Amino acid sequence: MPYVSNEEAKAAVQGRTSPQAAPGRIAKALDSDLFHSFLKSRITVAAACGTLILFLLAFLAPWVAPHDPFDLASISILDARVPPVWMEYADPRFLLGTDDQGRDLLSGIFYGMRISLIVGFCSVIAAAMIGITLGLVAGYMGGRVDAVIMRIADVQLTFPAILIALLIDGVANGIFGTLDREIFAFYILIVSLALSFWVQYARTVRGSTMVEKNKEYVQAARVIGLPSVVIMARHILPNVMGPVLVIATINLALAIVTESSLSFLGVGMPPTQPSLGTLIAIGNDFLYSGEWWIAIFPGLALALLVLNVNLLGDWLRDALNPKLR
Amino acid sequence: MNVLDIKDLTVEFPSRQSVFVAVDDVTLSVDAGRILGVVGESGAGKSTVGNAVIGLLQEPGHIAGGEIYLHGKRIDRLPYKQKRLMRGRKIGMIFQDPLTSLDPLQTVESQLVETIRTHLPMSKQKARARAVELIDAVGIPDPAERIKQYPHQFSGGMRQRVVIALALCAEPELVIADEPTTALDVSIQAQILKLMKKLCEERNVAMMVITHDMGVIADITDHVAVMYNGKLVEYGETGQVLGMPQHPYTQSLISAVPRPDIRVERFPVVNYIEAARTPQKQIDISTHWLGKARDYKKVTGPLVRIGDLDMRFETRGSVFPSRRKYFQAVKKVSFDIEEGETFGLVGESGSGKSTIARLITGLYQPTGGSILFAGTDLTSLKNRRDVLAMRRQMQMIFQDPYSSLNARMRVREIIAEPIRFHKLASGNAEVRRIVDDLLDHVGLGTAAGQKFPHEFSGGQRQRISIARALATRPRFLICDEPTSALDVSIQAQILNLLKDLQEELRLTMLFISHDLAVIRQMCNRIGVMRNGELCEVSECDRLFEAPQHAYTRELLNLMPSMELLSRANLESV
Repeated sequence: MPYVSNEEAKAAVQGRTSPQAAPGRIAKALDSDLFHSFLKSRITVAAACGTLILFLLAFLAPWVAPHDPFDLASISILDARVPPVWMEYADPRFLLGTDDQGRDLLSGIFYGMRISLIVGFCSVIAAAMIGITLGLVAGYMGGRVDAVIMRIADVQLTFPAILIALLIDGVANGIFGTLDREIFAFYILIVSLALSFWVQYARTVRGSTMVEKNKEYVQAARVIGLPSVVIMARHILPNVMGPVLVIATINLALAIVTESSLSFLGVGMPPTQPSLGTLIAIGNDFLYSGEWWIAIFPGLALALLVLNVNLLGDWLRDALNPKLR
Repeated sequence: MNVLDIKDLTVEFPSRQSVFVAVDDVTLSVDAGRILGVVGESGAGKSTVGNAVIGLLQEPGHIAGGEIYLHGKRIDRLPYKQKRLMRGRKIGMIFQDPLTSLDPLQTVESQLVETIRTHLPMSKQKARARAVELIDAVGIPDPAERIKQYPHQFSGGMRQRVVIALALCAEPELVIADEPTTALDVSIQAQILKLMKKLCEERNVAMMVITHDMGVIADITDHVAVMYNGKLVEYGETGQVLGMPQHPYTQSLISAVPRPDIRVERFPVVNYIEAARTPQKQIDISTHWLGKARDYKKVTGPLVRIGDLDMRFETRGSVFPSRRKYFQAVKKVSFDIEEGETFGLVGESGSGKSTIARLITGLYQPTGGSILFAGTDLTSLKNRRDVLAMRRQMQMIFQDPYSSLNARMRVREIIAEPIRFHKLASGNAEVRRIVDDLLDHVGLGTAAGQKFPHEFSGGQRQRISIARALATRPRFLICDEPTSALDVSIQAQILNLLKDLQEELRLTMLFISHDLAVIRQMCNRIGVMRNGELCEVSECDRLFEAPQHAYTRELLNLMPSMELLSRANLESV
């Protein structure tokens, strides 16, 4: 057989087995190999459920949280450092206890998770946009453009994410002054995370682009006369998005962890808008004085979140990788 | 007694939705010193038969019924270890692609010695001597020296010889060759086939050759089995099956093979396969969009005029010009293409014919020479608007229907893109109507527009490619091996479609192929290329009847003998 691609084999299979009625879009998605590989892996289903629950709790925090940790009127310093309900001296209003300012820890975790996730998503999207654009341009143009972009990427890789974040934070503080920190902290975090994560996207997209650009459909587009920008955006981009999706999922977990580390170090979210990292940082001060719950519960929440997202990412990587199927 | 006996073999591939029967109740046998050909189109299950015999069925495929005997001993139920010992020792295998079936990190000698010593109790010295002997037997000159080399130091044909030596090294009783010459050029194909036939007779080995190529079957096989959709439709002596095919599938398959000896107006279409094809809607070209506004500048003289075209690729870059290395893909090529004619370029792989196509369409910039299209030198155009105007007039159809369509776009979008980009229609409604007409015209039906490319077979995809190429209303169409990835029956349909479209739209065509028979059917004039140079340009019939250049004569001689096929055709016509 001169050319037997998967598609052809598949077409032959479909031709010889009973013809199926044309299913709708949802039915098609439910019948796809991807969905079946999803159902087959129990751990993935569990991870997906866990992720969904955590996301819901985080994004519906104002409605599901028993207290509003940002409402100064409702918190009282008298409630500070109350232990979880199953311990002595507990207060039934605070399921997991309170922190040093009397804020309900459970509500704090929900709100903190929300901030962590928003920062995570935004930085992943920003990093992906920078990385995909540069990767596409580098891979498609080749030559000097490629060399310059990839050398920048190499240099970028020599700096750890935390160092870049500290640098940007320092520069931002110099420009805006510490006064506006609370407003800008969020954006500074996203910029610094995006700047440290774009390289991976750029490298992956560049590699796939170099494969795709030699395929005949790209040459056909060039014969039609389409300009390079259109070819890159409309023809190559959709064909290199598979691996990007996988990186983005795994990077989301990484971004959340990095954000938490930064907040823990004090260059991330301020204590007035605590993310999970900030909560752990606050709890860290009380770890040795016996108030372990302030650090442990946000830490557990962080671990759960990252684990679930990572498991999903791993499955996606395997499911989309034709070599492992 | 027969060496190989296959009785009622059924191979199934269970999948999530259903069970796919790849081989359905096939009974075959091969005798020592004989060659059995298994022929069929892609998906017919012919390779699966070979894999089942050697015990290398791909998961989740399994033998669901039937028996396989080697010298009267049943082999399909053997435990894994014995099957492994049988492979190589009793059954040798020759694969399609000689580039990937040898280990690139081991010398030819060590691969041969390893295989010999795995199967035969021999000292290293003796095994080495035997390896040299084998390399000599497969016709590699200077065997004692060449055996020390690595696979990459051999050419494709030489590598396939090494693969044959590997298959023979443990004196197997049966050799299975799966498309042994498909990846090779015609000239090498002829040599390899001759070698296989010779070795089979000399060593009294039974051979099973799996191929899609009727020429190979006619050339070397004693018996032939024709497979269609997993079933054995015809089985008998080669001369009889090809000369007087009984089954309608065999008849149509044979009649669809392009013939180098006679030129026919249209290819006989194999209606056995794609019977349910949507009929073409007739379009009145004089009033339709496709025919309208063909306001191209009239040209005096040839439409395309190529003069001293030169193209070299840098194979090693360096800051110093003197240290750079180049590969000269096209050397001082000149030819003209008259308006309305089909000009054929024929040559073996690496002869530079595809490079010329890419130079004309502007995918590559030539390093020298000129390309005159309708009087304008394309290499001198700098203004983007002028370039676009020229690009619109010429389109290209690519070889591989699987990579030439963007998998993420709907067919309707693929075809509409050039129309929108060149602003050839006013408004979405008109674009849509044109796309529907185009799809209809290439025989796909308007419903195809909603689908994605992967929902189509190879031949259907090539129709989509043709529709896309027509969407800019070109006057010049370049076809770069448009059918070499397709089965013969589909090839006939696509070639007919191209012929029809050319007549209807008065297209000028540059038709590139390695297949002389196809070239003869399609072209008015033919250029023969070798190593980047144009050897000969001649009228179609004159080239075949009175070739001038020595290389052309060589090419013509090396075509697989079609005598058997020709006889069959003459009787059926």
